[in-house]
Amino acid sequence: MKLPESILRPVKLIRGGMHLDHQKNTAECETVIMPTPSTVYIPLSQHIGAPANPIVKKGDNVFVGTLIGEAGGFVSAPVHSSVSGTVADVKDLTIGNGTLQKYIIIESDGKMEKDPELKPFEIKSFSDLAEAAKQCGLVGLGGAGFPTHVKLSPSKDVEIDTLIINAAECEPYITSDYRECVEGLKDVIEGVYLIKEKLGIKKVVIGVESNKPRAIELLMQVAADHRDADDSVKIMKLPSKYPQGAEKVIIYSATGRKLPAGKLPSDVGCIVMNVTSVATLYRFITTGMPLVSKRITVDGTAVSEPKNLLVPIGTPIKEILDFVGVDMENVDRVLMGGPMMGNPVVSCESVLEKRNNAILAMRDKKPQPQTACIRCGRCADTCPMSLYPAMVETALRTGNKESLNSLNTNYCMECGCCSYVCPAKRPLTQVMRTAKAEIRRQSK
Amino acid sequence: MSKLLKVTSSPHIRHEDSTRGIMLDVIIALLPAAIYGCILFGLRAAIILVVTVATAVASEAIWNLALKKPQTIGDCSAILTGLLLGMNLSSQTPVWIAAIGSVVAIIVVKQMFGGLGFNFANPAMTARIVLLVSFAGQMSNYVSPIDAVTTATPLANNTPITLKELFFGMHSGAIGETSSFLLIIGGLYLMLRRVIKPIIPVAFIGTVAIATLIAGGDLKLAIFGGGLMLGAIFMATDYVTTPTTDLGKLVFGIGCGLITFVIRQFGALPEGVSYAILLMNILTPHINRLTLSKPFGAKEVAKS
Ligand code: SF4
Ligand code: SF4
Repeated sequence: MKLPESILRPVKLIRGGMHLDHQKNTAECETVIMPTPSTVYIPLSQHIGAPANPIVKKGDNVFVGTLIGEAGGFVSAPVHSSVSGTVADVKDLTIGNGTLQKYIIIESDGKMEKDPELKPFEIKSFSDLAEAAKQCGLVGLGGAGFPTHVKLSPSKDVEIDTLIINAAECEPYITSDYRECVEGLKDVIEGVYLIKEKLGIKKVVIGVESNKPRAIELLMQVAADHRDADDSVKIMKLPSKYPQGAEKVIIYSATGRKLPAGKLPSDVGCIVMNVTSVATLYRFITTGMPLVSKRITVDGTAVSEPKNLLVPIGTPIKEILDFVGVDMENVDRVLMGGPMMGNPVVSCESVLEKRNNAILAMRDKKPQPQTACIRCGRCADTCPMSLYPAMVETALRTGNKESLNSLNTNYCMECGCCSYVCPAKRPLTQVMRTAKAEIRRQSK
Repeated sequence: MSKLLKVTSSPHIRHEDSTRGIMLDVIIALLPAAIYGCILFGLRAAIILVVTVATAVASEAIWNLALKKPQTIGDCSAILTGLLLGMNLSSQTPVWIAAIGSVVAIIVVKQMFGGLGFNFANPAMTARIVLLVSFAGQMSNYVSPIDAVTTATPLANNTPITLKELFFGMHSGAIGETSSFLLIIGGLYLMLRRVIKPIIPVAFIGTVAIATLIAGGDLKLAIFGGGLMLGAIFMATDYVTTPTTDLGKLVFGIGCGLITFVIRQFGALPEGVSYAILLMNILTPHINRLTLSKPFGAKEVAKS
């Protein structure tokens, strides 16, 4: 069947960004369900904002999906048990990145029994959707783990006209969103229509990078099947250019609107949701099963047989890497997320959290030597935010406060493009972080 | 105890281009014209190039050793500076003067200002100007490649010459500046490799061409007869001493073109490319500052 062109949304291109080696080795790797770990360590703070408050104690029996931690405020998210079994302890551990955090430790009985009390969530009004996202425990991807219900609760006086579904997946290696589009297509598309309808949003744009033609075709197919008169759901074929999936970039590509620093997407009339979040929310609404496991891509230069896995939240990374057969002798660093924006873990005792979508075990290449900045201008040319990282570095080094303040470092989204392209191997993204912290410190 | 992992901040991958790689690319791009110069002007030219390169590298190595700084000759920028300087000299230049030029370029113009990336003027070109001013007599001896008779460059004498001879470089001049053809090939290579952008060379050469046409001068001589190609493609595109913004590059190129034209037309000198680039080098920080663009989304902030 010839698909109507009108389903495709034209793309506005942003300046800067760059082509990366995609390394989507796992694109056609069907998701494997990871064997249930004997023990999971579920952190109570997997999101930005207040940690969740534990509501279970040692010895309690829990099932998959049982609420074990209540949201500790508006900007917070509840946590649920990812296995069935017994609570072994609730205590502070330093297995995350060195800081003390509270965990609920659950010993699995291996049965993975679902909580019998789970039931579908009924959505009657606009605000019910945010409530569903909250009860589902949804948080955004990316470093911060921003609770999704906050995004779905725009202030009353802004009009939201566009829902953007982010399936760009521009980071190298990661294919978990792509697998969601392929394996969970129904949940994705039903979820999209549900959110669109409940929020009363007129336009939906699903953005996918052009290096995933199969996802684009599948999505176009279902969009064509559900087609309405004015083609309210459109697919946007994004160029395979990093960081096309960054919130500001995808908003611009879909609507031509530029999101100023410090503003939320709703300030320019948009809500941006990740595809996997949409599917997860839909599954919660229809079955009552909250966010308890994640599909992750396990890959990297030290992984010989990369895989996509479905893993219970709180599973130690070590067990995941063992399952994939990674020889730790070959591994120099382990990243949660992609190579551009992912966070390294200190030790493999860390556990899988909600916001993770990939684990990369990397073996380092011999690094190129660092030299002085040769002022080639590449950092500024690739910066999607049109910043001048080399000048920021100079201002920071010379302590020139005036110049530092004039360089708009607060616009930096830490995408990593500048560090990536720099031939002198200057640590520019780190410089930008330092500069932002410095400015924040001064303005206090 | 589980294995200790390396923890560094993101991003965790890097592009393979390096400072050294870029320098090597520029050297590769210069080589055809340099080799051609050696064929054209003979052994003397080759000796000069070897001396300028060797002296430049030695100067940088000794400076680093003497001041107990990390050794930087591995980045190949000293080789490039030496080569560029040599290519800008006449094959008749005494060898010791060429060597002094390299010392001046590396020690005075580059290292004294803080080394790679911190010099405000192009080392090779500034050193050439210093030599021109200090050793005016010995520096302006050029020989004709055809009969090895001392002669002025095509820009300075009035003997007729064909476009073909000019373009392919069968005329007198500095070792590396005569063959516009090979220099353009080198420039195209650099653009293809994304080392330089075409903005400065096109603006520079274009401005000289237009100004010469308006003034009724000899276009082919102005474009191919002197140091314009070497200057516009290789010296005016030096990263360190030229603007980094695209608009700044345009301003820089046009400025270089205008100054070159004015010097050639009204000054006492036959050649103006080096002086034009040096003057514009001095303005570069200001051009950069005035041509910064706004960050993504900033205009909306101003409105609301
Ligand atoms: S990319 Fe690196 S070398 Fe080039 S201007 Fe930026 S900091 Fe300097
Ligand atoms: S990390 Fe910041 S400064 Fe660097 S390219 Fe990305 S947005 Fe620009």
